[in-house]
Amino acid sequence: MSFRRLFPLLILVFGLFGFTFSSFGQEAENAENTQVEGAEAAHEEKKSLNITELVFGHVSDSHEWHLFSLEGEHGHEKEIAMPLPVIVYRPGKGISVFSYSHFHHGGWYKDEKGNKISEASYDGLYVEKNMKEKIKSDDGSPVYDLSITKNVLSMLISVVIILWLMTSAAKKYKKGVVAAPKGFQNALESVIIFLRDEVAKPNLGKKHGKYMPMLLTVFFFIWINNLLGLLPGGANFTGNIAVTLCLSLISFIVLLVRANSHFWGHLLNPPGVPTGIKFLLVPIEIISLFIKPVALTIRLFANMLAGHIVILCVVSMIFIFSAMSKFAGIGFVPVSLAFSVFMFMLELLVAAIQAFIFTNLSAVFIGQAIEEVHHDDAHGDVAHH
Amino acid sequence: MDLLTPELGLFFWTLVAFIIVFLILRKFAWGPILSSLGEREKGIADSIATAERVKAEMSQLKSENEKLMAQAREERSIMLKEAKEMKDRIVNEAKNQAKEEANKIITDAQHQIQQQKMAALTEVKNEIGNLAVEVAGKILRKELSAAQGQEAYMQLLSEDIKLN
Repeated sequence: MSFRRLFPLLILVFGLFGFTFSSFGQEAENAENTQVEGAEAAHEEKKSLNITELVFGHVSDSHEWHLFSLEGEHGHEKEIAMPLPVIVYRPGKGISVFSYSHFHHGGWYKDEKGNKISEASYDGLYVEKNMKEKIKSDDGSPVYDLSITKNVLSMLISVVIILWLMTSAAKKYKKGVVAAPKGFQNALESVIIFLRDEVAKPNLGKKHGKYMPMLLTVFFFIWINNLLGLLPGGANFTGNIAVTLCLSLISFIVLLVRANSHFWGHLLNPPGVPTGIKFLLVPIEIISLFIKPVALTIRLFANMLAGHIVILCVVSMIFIFSAMSKFAGIGFVPVSLAFSVFMFMLELLVAAIQAFIFTNLSAVFIGQAIEEVHHDDAHGDVAHH
Repeated sequence: MDLLTPELGLFFWTLVAFIIVFLILRKFAWGPILSSLGEREKGIADSIATAERVKAEMSQLKSENEKLMAQAREERSIMLKEAKEMKDRIVNEAKNQAKEEANKIITDAQHQIQQQKMAALTEVKNEIGNLAVEVAGKILRKELSAAQGQEAYMQLLSEDIKLN
């Protein structure tokens, strides 16, 4: 393949994006090597299919951290990937922990639904790959997969980074309060003050101090994970719906726990509304309550996922074009490079914006729930009596 | 779609990690940072308030100083004016006195001149009188030395007696 020879050069050219397309290249190769033994006619068709597979393979979770592939003998790829621990819970069998490398023996075949199934089986388990990698049991019994996947590992790294950054910055505050902030402390402080003055205070009012730790943690957790996801080789952690769902459920639970009687009263028994309309209004209000976390979930998930997909697609264009002709592929490199750099810059911005929006909306929702009784409402109540 | 179904494992680990991060950061990072930020802001606000107060005091002092200065300036000008007046008065007084003195001297001189003139005139008159008597005596003596002269004179005197 022509692009295989271009590979090292492209890695140098792309630098930051080296990861993205290198793993793409390998996967495309793998797919060919393992699956395409047939006619050359089918070759091109398979390839275009593989690009979809590779893009989604990259944005979804995995049980191994794929770094790159080396060209081995007979055109076979040698995978350089870090297998991650698989932790599964099966009712009756308990928890089992083993390395994902146990599934590396043997290749993959496709079942009638188009899923890739691992030939290797371990402890009565096998891997099914489509958009996602699923660990299933041979006998079809339920498997609860609690593995340290690529996303989980990426998150653990981010947790270490966050804890280290924040506690080291916090140490400076213990020494002297009056000293002017400098360095990272200054950068961190301006973000904290921004969140306090622009997010917490306007939405949460006087009680904002109570919610600041939660809002700050949400913000930095999302932001740092967004940024880690942008690194070459990084995982698409915040572009995963399980993550965003978890985070939005946390803020939703805070909302439910902190919501005051005024909020529940307005939700379940809106004052000053005719009884007939209440039957219409209350269900809508209840639905809108539950739509809040859903909106949070989808917004962060879709934004981060879309960004990753667009960058991957832009980079993949080189290989789509080089599949047509070698020169088209080379010619497209600058265009693709320019686009990816632009998208990368945009994603850097989006990483911060989405973290801010998530935090801000959480604050807005909680603020609505803890809002105190207004004077005009109080007057209304008096009028009802 | 597969992408939209959340994985249990990732959800679980995210939840655990988030809660741990939250608890650790709340205790060791956000707590100290937020409280010292608040303290520092309070300190800055206090300092600004103090600065404002000092500034107000300073401006008050300044205005007081200015007032004092203006007062001093006014006093100075008054003193200058007074001094000038006094000088003028003294000069005028001196002038008047001198004038008076001069006048007095002049009048005295005039008096003296007058007196001396009168004395001189009297002396001149006396001198002239004496001279006239002497001349008349000389003449009479010359006339009466001769007999004719004596007879004439006796006749004259006797004419006077007859008449009486």
